Amino acid sequence: MSDAGPTRTPSGAGDDAGAELLVARAITKRFGDLLANDHIDFAIRAGEIHALLGENGAGKSTLVKILYGALEPNEGQILWDGRPVTIASPAAARALGIGMVFQHFSLFEALTVAENIALALNDAPAMKDLSERIETVSRDYGLPLNPASRVADLSVGQRQRIEIVRCLLQQPRLIIMDEPTSVLTPQESDGLFKTLERLALEGCAILYISHRLEEVKRLCRAATILRHGKVVGSCDPRKETAGSLASMMVGADVKQVKADGTPATGPVRLALNDLTMPAESPFAVPPKHVGLAVRGGEVVAIAGIAGNGQSELFDAISGETIARQADAVEIDGKPSGRMGITQRRRAGAAFVPEERLGHGAVPGLALADNILLTRHSTGDGLVNLTMLARGAARAMEQRIKGAFDVRMSRDNPEARSLSGGNLQKFVMGRELDRSPGVLVVNQPTWGVDAGAAALIRQSLIDLARAGSAVLVISQDLDEIFEIADRIAVISRGQLSPAEPASDMTRERIGLLMGGAGETNGDGSGDAVSAAGEKIDAA
Amino acid sequence: MTMFEAILLTVITASTPLLLAAIGELVVERSGVLNLGVEGMMVMGAVMGFAGAQWTGNPYVGIVTAVLAGMAMALIFAFVTQTLVANQVASGLALTLLGLGLSGMLGEAFVGQPGIKLPALDIPGISDIPFIGPVFFGQDLLVYLSFALVIAVTWFLFVSRTGLKLRAIGDNHVSAHALGIPVVRYRYLAILFGGACSGLAGAYLSLAYTPQWVENMTAGRGWIALALVVFGSWRPWRVVVGAYLFGAVWISQLHLQALGSGIPSQFLSSLPYLATIVVLVLISSNRRLSLINTPAALGKPFVPER
Amino acid sequence: MRLELKKRPEHSRAMAIASPLIAIALTVIFGAILFAVLGYDPAKALYSYFIEPLTEAWSLEELASKATPLVLIAVGLSVAFLSNTWNIGAEGQYTMGAIFGSIIPVYFWQWDSWMVLPAMMVMGMIGGALYASIPAFLKTRFGTNEILTSLMLVYVAGFLLDWLVRGPWRDPGGYNFPETRDFSEAAILPPMIGNGAMHWGAVFAVVAVIVVAFLLGGTLKGFEVKVLGQAERAGAFAGFSRKKMVYFGFLLSGAFSGLAGIATVSGTVQQLQPSISPGYGFTAIIVAFLGRLNPVGILIAGLMLALTYLGGESAQVTMGISDKVVRVFQGMLLFFVLACDTLILYRVSIVSGRGKGARPQDPVENLVPAEEAV
Repeated sequence: MSDAGPTRTPSGAGDDAGAELLVARAITKRFGDLLANDHIDFAIRAGEIHALLGENGAGKSTLVKILYGALEPNEGQILWDGRPVTIASPAAARALGIGMVFQHFSLFEALTVAENIALALNDAPAMKDLSERIETVSRDYGLPLNPASRVADLSVGQRQRIEIVRCLLQQPRLIIMDEPTSVLTPQESDGLFKTLERLALEGCAILYISHRLEEVKRLCRAATILRHGKVVGSCDPRKETAGSLASMMVGADVKQVKADGTPATGPVRLALNDLTMPAESPFAVPPKHVGLAVRGGEVVAIAGIAGNGQSELFDAISGETIARQADAVEIDGKPSGRMGITQRRRAGAAFVPEERLGHGAVPGLALADNILLTRHSTGDGLVNLTMLARGAARAMEQRIKGAFDVRMSRDNPEARSLSGGNLQKFVMGRELDRSPGVLVVNQPTWGVDAGAAALIRQSLIDLARAGSAVLVISQDLDEIFEIADRIAVISRGQLSPAEPASDMTRERIGLLMGGAGETNGDGSGDAVSAAGEKIDAA
Repeated sequence: MTMFEAILLTVITASTPLLLAAIGELVVERSGVLNLGVEGMMVMGAVMGFAGAQWTGNPYVGIVTAVLAGMAMALIFAFVTQTLVANQVASGLALTLLGLGLSGMLGEAFVGQPGIKLPALDIPGISDIPFIGPVFFGQDLLVYLSFALVIAVTWFLFVSRTGLKLRAIGDNHVSAHALGIPVVRYRYLAILFGGACSGLAGAYLSLAYTPQWVENMTAGRGWIALALVVFGSWRPWRVVVGAYLFGAVWISQLHLQALGSGIPSQFLSSLPYLATIVVLVLISSNRRLSLINTPAALGKPFVPER
Repeated sequence: MRLELKKRPEHSRAMAIASPLIAIALTVIFGAILFAVLGYDPAKALYSYFIEPLTEAWSLEELASKATPLVLIAVGLSVAFLSNTWNIGAEGQYTMGAIFGSIIPVYFWQWDSWMVLPAMMVMGMIGGALYASIPAFLKTRFGTNEILTSLMLVYVAGFLLDWLVRGPWRDPGGYNFPETRDFSEAAILPPMIGNGAMHWGAVFAVVAVIVVAFLLGGTLKGFEVKVLGQAERAGAFAGFSRKKMVYFGFLLSGAFSGLAGIATVSGTVQQLQPSISPGYGFTAIIVAFLGRLNPVGILIAGLMLALTYLGGESAQVTMGISDKVVRVFQGMLLFFVLACDTLILYRVSIVSGRGKGARPQDPVENLVPAEEAV
């Protein structure tokens, strides 16, 4: 990144923002009874980095998809350069000069970088010319990429670069970025901010969607805040505090969940001893020499960027994959590494995976049947001599529904008909109902609305305070600081030592995410060298 | 003509139907669709090819009717799996059962009738060269066409922009749709192409390999063609190698039977099917290879949401 | 004009029952068209297909004897299909069951005991299950596609049978016909009524239906079948083993197919011949789907498909319609069943023109399940 383009002081960016580039008037979008966008007015100027803030479900994604031509509004008007336009498709948006970088990349793993970019361009040049242009643009903006690499072999950060370069090649006048830093380390995010600031200086407008208030305060000069599909305010984020922005987003003071910070002195209830697993597939990131002890009474969180081996670690702890040594996993002192998931449950452990539909629950089965999924052999009287006791399962379903406020359209519906937040409450409730001695959760509040998230986080803390060991794997640093007593960081399958949350800073976690805590340098680690570069530069 | 030449010639005739069907199915699977109905489309191609030739006395008309029959069968499959999003495995089986039944019914009148053989297209001068001439340049239209198709498919998939889009659909149809690529339309066309190729393969059987109509004359070749696509790890030239390997197995067991090796003929007849199993096991036991090459969307249903 | 599908929040119970009925109705309509095109009176043809065989006692017995192997095989296949294991080779397992079961009447033809029949049936089940264990082993050990391997083994089993009846097992007093000696009295499943065609195999089929209905409806194993079939990841999370389920599905369906094979040979054919099945193993796939993979549904569907076999024979006798039409009917029926099953999970509507709102779907929300499914 030594030959990154000219550097100017970022503070100047956006202050000399130009004329209104895109104006949206009274945009309205209904999905059945749900009013996703309710007469939204919004404007962005050339050279402006404009934040779009709001909770999950506030209508940000809907608005953005309308601007990008992926959804058609029921009402409203869009002006581009002062002229009314109809954005009928993403291709039409690209033709106008609107580019988009998605949160979950729509990339083709089996294809090369250049092929991926060619697919997204309306009139792509010949492959050879395109490859050259990709190299030039990516070098100019400090986003190094090899056009011939297969996407399957690239890291998440590199994949995001493809999306950005693909956008830049079309010389867009407006770039929409959907939660771009959610997959990046803090250091990688800094690099991205530099690129964005440079683009703004060149006159490009950037619509920046995020719920990370600190970075919005730092990067953006204007913000529009959405709540329940309506614009509830606009401001200059530099003049606000994170707290004032948050209360605008949520509409009221959020009930703060807080761990009390007293160190746990209970016995070790979950221990991982030098846990190392073989790779199950070419793309897997298996745990390497992972050591961790979680005591009764504490919440330990594992932070990390997506794709660093979180789900592989989860599977190894839960027993979906079985370790070579029995003592690699100990549950309440009992060597469990060679046990399957059912035996580990019988030993007192409970597990909630990241994917709700298809992993934590079977979409096409009723909720009572989904209770059987994890509790058929845990001595809850749901199976007698191989016969299912459906009545008992129904009673348990009713109990969980009441205790965790699971809302459903009819009695005992199929799991797929529940909303994400309600299903997560159900899946959490199913395990908490057992009062497990050890609970391991991967991404407890991913894609869940704020109310449900607060309920889930509080119940995790309550379970720990009642004497259980709780291990949370999460990519959400806010969540981690909210609930964790101790924090460890996973990077390419390796886990840093868990340290008290009070001793941890975001910067330190960021360095560990970038591989600073890794012990052996097997292979030319992109994450390590990238972090190394950043440290040197800083 | 030497014995070796003769064997080589028969290997070509045994390999060509496999190659034709497999190259079509390769394109279908590259688009992310698993059509297990190759056998059914092929057998329909065989009977309709025979019929077309009989009606007009012209084997080339037979080729056209065979292609149309294969495409008509493919269209049913496309409608059921793409428009109605039915299970592809079950629909492919249904296509095979329907094809075998329909061809049996349509072909009843042709049983025992002498067929019309597709003539060899001699290229003057070149065909007279000893050995090379008759083997490589004394073949009929469909043999040349099979290689032309391999070249065309290779170019289409790996050079053309449309082929890139097809591969993208096979890798991730949701992303392809998000980019505005008409997933269902591409898949319809790929399935129809597969049907046309299977029709050609059937026509080759009833117009060139053994110019006559026998019920179920495809004898599992459609299924072997499916296995060849896996064997070739979805790459055209590897499929050629596989097709000729299997053609050789097919022919050598026939020659062994003719020579009276003392081995019961039924065991020799089983060889191509057993070889298919062995080859599939060898390919699939290399997990890494098969995971990387398999089109990721293969066999998965896709419903564009509106 | 085009069809537009909207996913229902939950599957429709009404459509689950209605869909096979719609499929049958469509098959009859298209069948009538087919007969008209072939130059036959559709009403008469349909009558001789679907009504005539039901009018006489002997043909009802024929119906039961043809439905017996179909139901036996299909009920086993339904367990495999529900667990997402694709055993397409039931025809081969049927043949192997017939071969294994026939070892006793071929080699020990002098043995006369009540134990002969039970031993034959058990041998038949073992033969079918062993043969089905080959694709199961290859699938679990090497990850080999079970569809292709199980299907290839159908051809191999056919050749083995052919070799046996022309070679070592040929009846020494049979004038060189390719068949084994006639089974002795002790090796023949007796008719249930008088000298009729319906043999005790029909009881096996009904028992199989009851056993599988109980297995799927009320046991943990049945729950396991459904979970692993619908969501493999969730099955692993529940502590169920995919590999054991592949074996379970193949061994169960293989054993039932083998039993169907030996029961048909013992009860109907009464010796081994090169051809012992009019494609029961494949037709049973249609039966399984038409019965919506439900044991009771399969019982009804088995009778329905048996009726097409009988109807084919009767239409050939009375109207001279080729018996090949039967398989056309069967193929059409499966297609209509699969097409109509769409109604269970989706609402289908016809939209005219290139309606507005035909937009690419939301790439963000839909990418996640797509990745998860890999």
